[in-house]
Amino acid sequence: MNVIALSPWSLALAAVLVLALALLSLRLRLGIAQEIIVAAIRTTVQLLLVGLVLKAVFANVHLGWVTLIACVMLLIAGREVVARQRHAYTGAWGFGMSTFSMFISSFSVTLLALTVLIGTTPWYEPQYAIPLLGMMLGNTMSGVALALDRLTQTAWYQRAQIEARLLLGQTWAESVSDMRRDAVRVGLTPTMNAMAAAGVVSLPGMMTGQILAGSPPMEAVKYQILVMFLITAATGLGTLVAVWLGARRLFDERERLRLDRLRPE
Amino acid sequence: MHFMRDTRHAVTHPTSIMPDMHARLRVENLVSHNLGPVSLSLDAGECVCLSGPSGAGKTLLLRAMADLDPHTGQVLLDGVECQHLRAHEWRRRVAMLPAESHWWRPTVGEHFLHAAVIPVESLGFERGVMAWQVSRLSSGERQRLALLRMLTYQPQVLLLDEVSANLDAENVRRVETLIAAYRAEHNAAVLWVSHDMEQIARISTRHCILADGKLVNP
Repeated sequence: MNVIALSPWSLALAAVLVLALALLSLRLRLGIAQEIIVAAIRTTVQLLLVGLVLKAVFANVHLGWVTLIACVMLLIAGREVVARQRHAYTGAWGFGMSTFSMFISSFSVTLLALTVLIGTTPWYEPQYAIPLLGMMLGNTMSGVALALDRLTQTAWYQRAQIEARLLLGQTWAESVSDMRRDAVRVGLTPTMNAMAAAGVVSLPGMMTGQILAGSPPMEAVKYQILVMFLITAATGLGTLVAVWLGARRLFDERERLRLDRLRPE
Repeated sequence: MHFMRDTRHAVTHPTSIMPDMHARLRVENLVSHNLGPVSLSLDAGECVCLSGPSGAGKTLLLRAMADLDPHTGQVLLDGVECQHLRAHEWRRRVAMLPAESHWWRPTVGEHFLHAAVIPVESLGFERGVMAWQVSRLSSGERQRLALLRMLTYQPQVLLLDEVSANLDAENVRRVETLIAAYRAEHNAAVLWVSHDMEQIARISTRHCILADGKLVNP
């Protein structure tokens, strides 16, 4: 493969562009100059660190290291889902439910891809396992966060309607059936949009990267299609599990709506 | 003397501790939020009116009886404790009608059980009401339809929270007549929250007052 190695100078030159944008926003008093600089520094430091970690893991292929990295990624994703909720579940439930649903979906889909669809040796080959898991987790995280946020907010504002349905003898599942459907749909919308727009509006990032790295376009396209399908499956499964668990948690064992289990705004 | 048998244990229990067979719904030491303890018994076919200042806990009492709020104490339907029925089955038998009705589908009919015979004329509606849009109903129409909706599930106990407060005189009478007929037909017990003393005199077999979370004259 013929990759043109980037020199530190080209990176520095690109950084000047960001700096120029920060100066411009300072001049226009947009109030986001500081955020731009902080975000640019964060992305540099985080990516450099990841680069170092990946370099070390690629050099020492071991299931233990891959598992450790996977777990760290999962826990950070779980924390991120809770942070994005306006009415998050109180206690350990919010973190537990979102982490569990992402674990079930992302890990199983990645495992399937590695062992059956791609067939790497060993199956945990970090060059494939970590980027794949990263893409699954990133998208599932967005889906789960959006879906749970929609579910808890609707429950919060439509309490009277849910209770009216309970009073007519509906089960907890019936009383929030519309809201659950709605939450799953919201969680899956970004993935659906990405599939619909792929190639026409935007070239997906992974494919772009492979083409830049010198892969034949058709190989890159095949990988991109595979990844799109895997992402859809993982996001769908994760969102369904999270919404089911989240809806169940809104009710106690006597099928009473328990909004005291959500954090007030 | 040593062989004389102690027969005291063979004596049958006195009838006084047998459950009251006439009570359709019994409430014992019910406590929920700042309500209670409340003990109350509703006989089959009885209509008990409940009044009291706002904030006294009338709605809380109805919600706890329908098992919609966490509570301590016991509620028994025909001698069967609330916990022994699944929550949604309990609410189907001990039905509460909130002061404000809620609807979640576009047309009226979608909220009703299929194949139920609904006496819409009894509350002054025409036959086509089931096709009406919910968004075009007045609050009084919604309230009357919510009552019909609840009755189609044939509950054994009705907990009515100011069901006729926003209705005109003619519709108040219609609601009273419908509930009286339902009560007679199904031998149902009714607990009716009302502030209208004339109405209470018309409909109630007994009148209770709730003040500061306690029943004044149970």
